[in-house]
Amino acid sequence: MGNQLVIDVDRCTGCRSCETACSFAHYEEFNPRKSAVRVSIFTEDAFFLPQVCLQCAEPACAAVCPSGAMHAAEIDGSYVVSLNRDRCVGCHMCTLACPFGAVEDDGRGCVRKCDLCGGHPACVEACATKALDFAAVDSSPRAKRRAMADKMRLEGGNR
Amino acid sequence: MMAGWIGRLLRVDLAAGTTRTESIDTAVLERAIGGRGLGIHYLLSEVDPTVDPLGPHNKLVFATGPLTATSAPASSRYTLVTKSPLTGGIANSNSGGYFGAELKFAGYDAIIVENTSPRPVYLWIDDDRVEIRDAGDLWGRAVSDTTELLLAETDEEAKVACIGPAGENLVRFAAVMNDGGRAAGRSGVGAVMGSKRLKAIVVRGSGGVRVADPAGFQAAVRAAREEFKDPFMSITVGEYGTSDVVEFADEVGLLPTRNFQQGTFEGAAAIGGTAVSRYNLKGVGKTKACFGCPLACGRVTQVKSGPFKGRGEGPEYETLGSLGAVCGVDDVEAIMKSNYICNEMGLDTISAGVTIACAMELSERGLVPESDSGGPLGFGDGAAVVELLEKIARREGFGDSLAEGSYRLAERYGHPELSMTVKKQEFPNYDPRGGQGFALGYATSNRGACHIRQEVHCVEFFGISLLGIVETGENLDRFAVEGKAEVAKKIQDFYCMIDSSGICNFIVIGMPDVRVFIDLMEKATGLSFGGEAGFLAAGERIFNQERLFNLGAGLTAADDTLPKRMLETPFTAGASKGNLPRLDILLPQYYEARGWDTHGRPTEAKLAALDLEGATR
Repeated sequence: MGNQLVIDVDRCTGCRSCETACSFAHYEEFNPRKSAVRVSIFTEDAFFLPQVCLQCAEPACAAVCPSGAMHAAEIDGSYVVSLNRDRCVGCHMCTLACPFGAVEDDGRGCVRKCDLCGGHPACVEACATKALDFAAVDSSPRAKRRAMADKMRLEGGNR
Repeated sequence: MMAGWIGRLLRVDLAAGTTRTESIDTAVLERAIGGRGLGIHYLLSEVDPTVDPLGPHNKLVFATGPLTATSAPASSRYTLVTKSPLTGGIANSNSGGYFGAELKFAGYDAIIVENTSPRPVYLWIDDDRVEIRDAGDLWGRAVSDTTELLLAETDEEAKVACIGPAGENLVRFAAVMNDGGRAAGRSGVGAVMGSKRLKAIVVRGSGGVRVADPAGFQAAVRAAREEFKDPFMSITVGEYGTSDVVEFADEVGLLPTRNFQQGTFEGAAAIGGTAVSRYNLKGVGKTKACFGCPLACGRVTQVKSGPFKGRGEGPEYETLGSLGAVCGVDDVEAIMKSNYICNEMGLDTISAGVTIACAMELSERGLVPESDSGGPLGFGDGAAVVELLEKIARREGFGDSLAEGSYRLAERYGHPELSMTVKKQEFPNYDPRGGQGFALGYATSNRGACHIRQEVHCVEFFGISLLGIVETGENLDRFAVEGKAEVAKKIQDFYCMIDSSGICNFIVIGMPDVRVFIDLMEKATGLSFGGEAGFLAAGERIFNQERLFNLGAGLTAADDTLPKRMLETPFTAGASKGNLPRLDILLPQYYEARGWDTHGRPTEAKLAALDLEGATR
């Protein structure tokens, strides 16, 4: 089974290292506006949310893509919604179709979205707290029950 | 193409209402580095050191460093450099959050603010589009309110640095606050901003920052982050911020208590890290970071009910000390409320607490008429501290006298010796009677009493080697005098480089080797510093530039001293009992180590060696 980009909101501290890592990996510059992952920050609530392409199983961006540039694919055994830049016609329909704001106009006639860095996501390496991880996810009911129980246990359940 | 730096600054003339961009010479950046170094470069070349700090001729420099906004760990810092209304000498206060990085993304290494606006204004920087806008409706507003309104008026993803009522009212220790709860706290930089009627700077940037050697830089970043997994920093500081230091300082016997009359506090446990962690908004361990920081030492806390109800960032150690032990307050909720008020009003928590403590001592000794203080004011009264802070910020009643800082307050009542200051700036919370090198560092710090321009305490009490630039071990017995002049000098020079780099000193001191830090700087900028010696020499130049500014402003060797209490009255209890700083021995050694004459002035030979001939106006 392949890996998935996993987000653990509780671990995010809002440092935005994922943003600089992403833009550096793709453009060799530190520039959050060119990052495919962005962190929404609400300091007063101590709430920070990294937002990035969820690699949907039924990607709306690919469904509306008229040229087939946006398509489901695999890299290193991991599922990814991939963008073939050569086939992109620059219509930006995908930016409208994505419900998560994860596909953005790149200002150069194409779009920007997470490509999982070919199977070694730079944002994951840069994340000090493991709020972002690239791992195999066990989505069996048993694993989900355990994850839920762990969360409640660590927050002091049965108090 | 410039790397690390942008190579451009924004110059703002508030009297004329004009702004313009200027390119910065590579030669200037290579010498001045950034942040603190770039700031003193402009102050020294453009500002007469004798100007009124709150008058139109003082300038306010916001400067980032070459590592700001990169992937270097904790690359969040920007520094405010100006002439201080508190000390009359150089002020340099730096802060984290996101503001500094955003300024670079907008395409500027620095902003120089000149002259005085006829009416309250704010500056809106959206990449190349810069506007000076009316801030009439914002004047008088607290920091969070101001920040929220400005984001609604500009762009919700913009970053804000602003003053609160304290800065507007020229409180001599007013802070500049950014991103809500981060402070460029010390030396009254907020009052200078207020004197210019500049309520805020709002910035939004879409540009990027590049480095000279991308692959080399990436490798240096990996090395720095790897070495940063030290458990002291990542667990203690990562979970509790600095609040855990309270009980440690008490144990070591240098936790300033009741205006520095004692070095231990019976209420230390009640106001320490564990006590504070109970108020974490999202539970212990849920922390918040500044830009690019793997440590994430910030915490949002909340007091849910009662007279001290509130929410905000902090408190950190210095606040727990200054607004707690120094004022004799052991009610952690009162301290937290005091912290929230300081953040909202834009006050330096250190100077605010130590000034109130001075007023408490004056009052307890019967030196302040009750008609002035509005009633008896005694140590331990947390509610009185909370009340006084608002009055200071608004200069109401007795608060107006306290707004001048503890030195001017104590002088007014005929007892300047009760002000716990160096160069009229209040002490942070490591009493100089706890370590000889540290005491010397305080006495000679260019911005007055300050612990983070010379963290000699790291080697004297914490056993941190400061990246190997100082040999730790038996010769660093904190009560020993020998060798401390050299140690203090070296650490001061080193901190000039940290404060100019754009990364946070907390991160740097977690690195075990100075080469890691130098490597980051070299790979970002393409410069070669010539090893540790050359790196420290670059810092030494910055330190001497600041000294020249201070000498020009009228400060002298007589100002390189400590309050009489610290020189003459040892603690009678605790682990630092009996020790007194020996400035009589240390200062001559220090001047010699610095290449200064017996009056504390850099000699011609030293200025030549540092390439600073003709540096003064």
